[in-house]
Amino acid sequence: MSYLISHAPHIREQRTVPDLMKAVMLALLPATIAGVIFFGLQALALIIVCTLTAVITEIVCLKLMKSTVPVNGGGAAITGLLLALCLPPSFPVIFAIIGSIFAIVIGKQLFGGLGYNIFNPALVGRAFLAAAFPVHMTTWVMPFAYRGVEAISSATPLAAMKFSQQSTSSLSLLFGNVGGCIGETSALLLLLGGIYLLWKKVINWQIPVSYLGTVAVFGGVFWLVNPAQFPSPIFQLLAGGLMLGAWFMLTDLVTSPITKKGLWIFGVGAGLLVVIIRLFSGLPEGVMYSILIMNAVVPLINRYTRPRILGQKK
Amino acid sequence: MKLKTFAQGIHPPYNKKTVNLSIEEAVYPHNVIIPLHQHTGATCEPLVKVGDEVVEGQKIGDSAKFISAAVHASISGKVTKIEKMLHPCGVEVLSVVIEGSNSSTVVQRDSSAGEEKKNKTVDGLSPEEIRQIVKEAGIVGLGGAAFPAHVKLSPPKDKKIDTILVNGCECEPYITADHRIMLERTADLLVGAELVAKATGATRVLVGVEDNKHDAVLQLKTEIRKRHFTNLPDGIEVVTLETKYPQGGEKMLIKAVLNREVPSRGLPLDVGVVVVNVGTAVAITEAVRDGKSLIKRVVTITGSGIKEPKNLLVRIGTSFKDIVEQCGGLTADAYKIVMGGPMMGAPQLSLEVPVVKATSCILVLSKSEVKEDQIFPCVKCGRCVDHCPMSLLPTRLAAYANNANYSEFEEWGGQDCIECGCCTYVCPAKIPIVHWVKLAKLKLRQMK
Repeated sequence: MSYLISHAPHIREQRTVPDLMKAVMLALLPATIAGVIFFGLQALALIIVCTLTAVITEIVCLKLMKSTVPVNGGGAAITGLLLALCLPPSFPVIFAIIGSIFAIVIGKQLFGGLGYNIFNPALVGRAFLAAAFPVHMTTWVMPFAYRGVEAISSATPLAAMKFSQQSTSSLSLLFGNVGGCIGETSALLLLLGGIYLLWKKVINWQIPVSYLGTVAVFGGVFWLVNPAQFPSPIFQLLAGGLMLGAWFMLTDLVTSPITKKGLWIFGVGAGLLVVIIRLFSGLPEGVMYSILIMNAVVPLINRYTRPRILGQKK
Repeated sequence: MKLKTFAQGIHPPYNKKTVNLSIEEAVYPHNVIIPLHQHTGATCEPLVKVGDEVVEGQKIGDSAKFISAAVHASISGKVTKIEKMLHPCGVEVLSVVIEGSNSSTVVQRDSSAGEEKKNKTVDGLSPEEIRQIVKEAGIVGLGGAAFPAHVKLSPPKDKKIDTILVNGCECEPYITADHRIMLERTADLLVGAELVAKATGATRVLVGVEDNKHDAVLQLKTEIRKRHFTNLPDGIEVVTLETKYPQGGEKMLIKAVLNREVPSRGLPLDVGVVVVNVGTAVAITEAVRDGKSLIKRVVTITGSGIKEPKNLLVRIGTSFKDIVEQCGGLTADAYKIVMGGPMMGAPQLSLEVPVVKATSCILVLSKSEVKEDQIFPCVKCGRCVDHCPMSLLPTRLAAYANNANYSEFEEWGGQDCIECGCCTYVCPAKIPIVHWVKLAKLKLRQMK
């Protein structure tokens, strides 16, 4: 009779990496379904194509690199789905495929694959598409436009605010009945998914709290100074990709800090960047760049927010 | 009221199913294997040779080194072998094998001690005398680390000890040996604590117990009220602590109870504290009052791979096999044998190893409980960081260890790791973090 010899501890928490990934997918489901309802079959096609392309690209990459990393991690599916959710509903499918491949190959595998990428892969893909296809990436349609005879193009609430000082009602922003990317329009459903992830302890609460809090406070300061020129903090919180970014992208485990203090710095820094970009740059939205820029400084944040070891001199 | 505790840590399922089973005396073994190294420090030299007759309690191994602990015959009989044999720590250690005889003479260092004299001796002993008795009795810390007790009782002159912390946390899941000792040996435990205080010059005793052992807390409090502690001007008190792993780690216990931090690479005595396990306190009482050497200890035999889990008082040197047989044997799906708890215990190659002074538990897990998970790369979730009771960055240490980057490993506090395994318990990528850290520490020890 031989017994298993393996290292301590001999008991483990049940949860695995695929479990975490599954939870994120599940949390994204309400916003994904809403995206399909708002924007129709074109949105559904983008979601399926992006997700499948990402998964297939990942499998091919792992095969080519003869990697021992299990394919069932599930990270690629999330990358593909997230990329689709932050594309305009009328975006051409063929370009989306290119974006999805770029996200996995350049955004993830070239850095070493699962766990080693510096930038959020979905946003790397999106940044690439924004640079390569700027017109397609800024052409928006209204929800339910697919029911009409001709597509009604529209501005997103953020663009309307920025370029023509036009506000959108908070209720519309909450439910998502506005123009925008496939998965970003309904703040409420994204919040629902985010709370699920908090409850399941998949993401750190410090990130969304510090990120959203900073946007509200810092954005609120400008609003107090000049309410005619600057949007209210409520608008800032509900419009654009902030909710999607706060709960599903900035919280990406691999590309966020591991120290508690670091999480706060990370969230606050990204929050400041969002407000600055939204209010003072040529772009209406700053979520993507706020996240990518903060991703770049994560190693530095980790290094300088080392916790004090018990018994180490104060 | 919020209970005292330390920062972070984990809440594993406790599975303390033997908690209501009284300690039973194990069957007298036919033969015993007594390793000459059952403690932290130097290996003992054998004091007997093959063919010698020995009696129960007789010293059969000792060392001239200060950090070491004598070993004694746990049964009377004849020495049949002195050779290297498998030790439950996984290495071969020089061991004395004793074949039992039927006579049951017991060596007591002070066998003439009558009831009156006993009481007088406990009170009348000097610190040096207590230390000497403890050293002769071969007592080590029975919580698991097996650090020689007389060393703990000999603080350097420049270190003033004010508090004795009695460790009744037993934070490892499954184990109930200390819990039963607190319930069944309450008075002896307190006497032992007072002796430790006397030997070290401490003026008070605090007993730290997790709140899942409520009955033990009550019993200790009742017993304390009944007794008078002449050597403890600052009293004796029970401190209830939150049930959380690793509450019983020395550094965690001291932080929780006294809010003092043992300095990095330091010892409890650097902050004026000596920590003794409840079982050790009882062993000290037995040595000083009754003249008994450390030849028995309480062992919890449990896990889903054991048919009838029990708490047994076992003679040191009894084979795991003999003990397991008394507990109904192994179930058909027994898959992993561990000495100690499920968090820090050592896996066993076979049941042909002896119970040693550090054996608090024989845990047998069944196939269904032992998950052999797929390992993923670290996803930097930071869960190990959130749970590390030492506030280290385990994932980073594991990476440094794995890349043999030992200087960075030390720079990031690798040597402060207490090897509790919380990081590995919570890791969703199933990375053997603590194992890599242990290997790096071993490597560093070998290099120095």
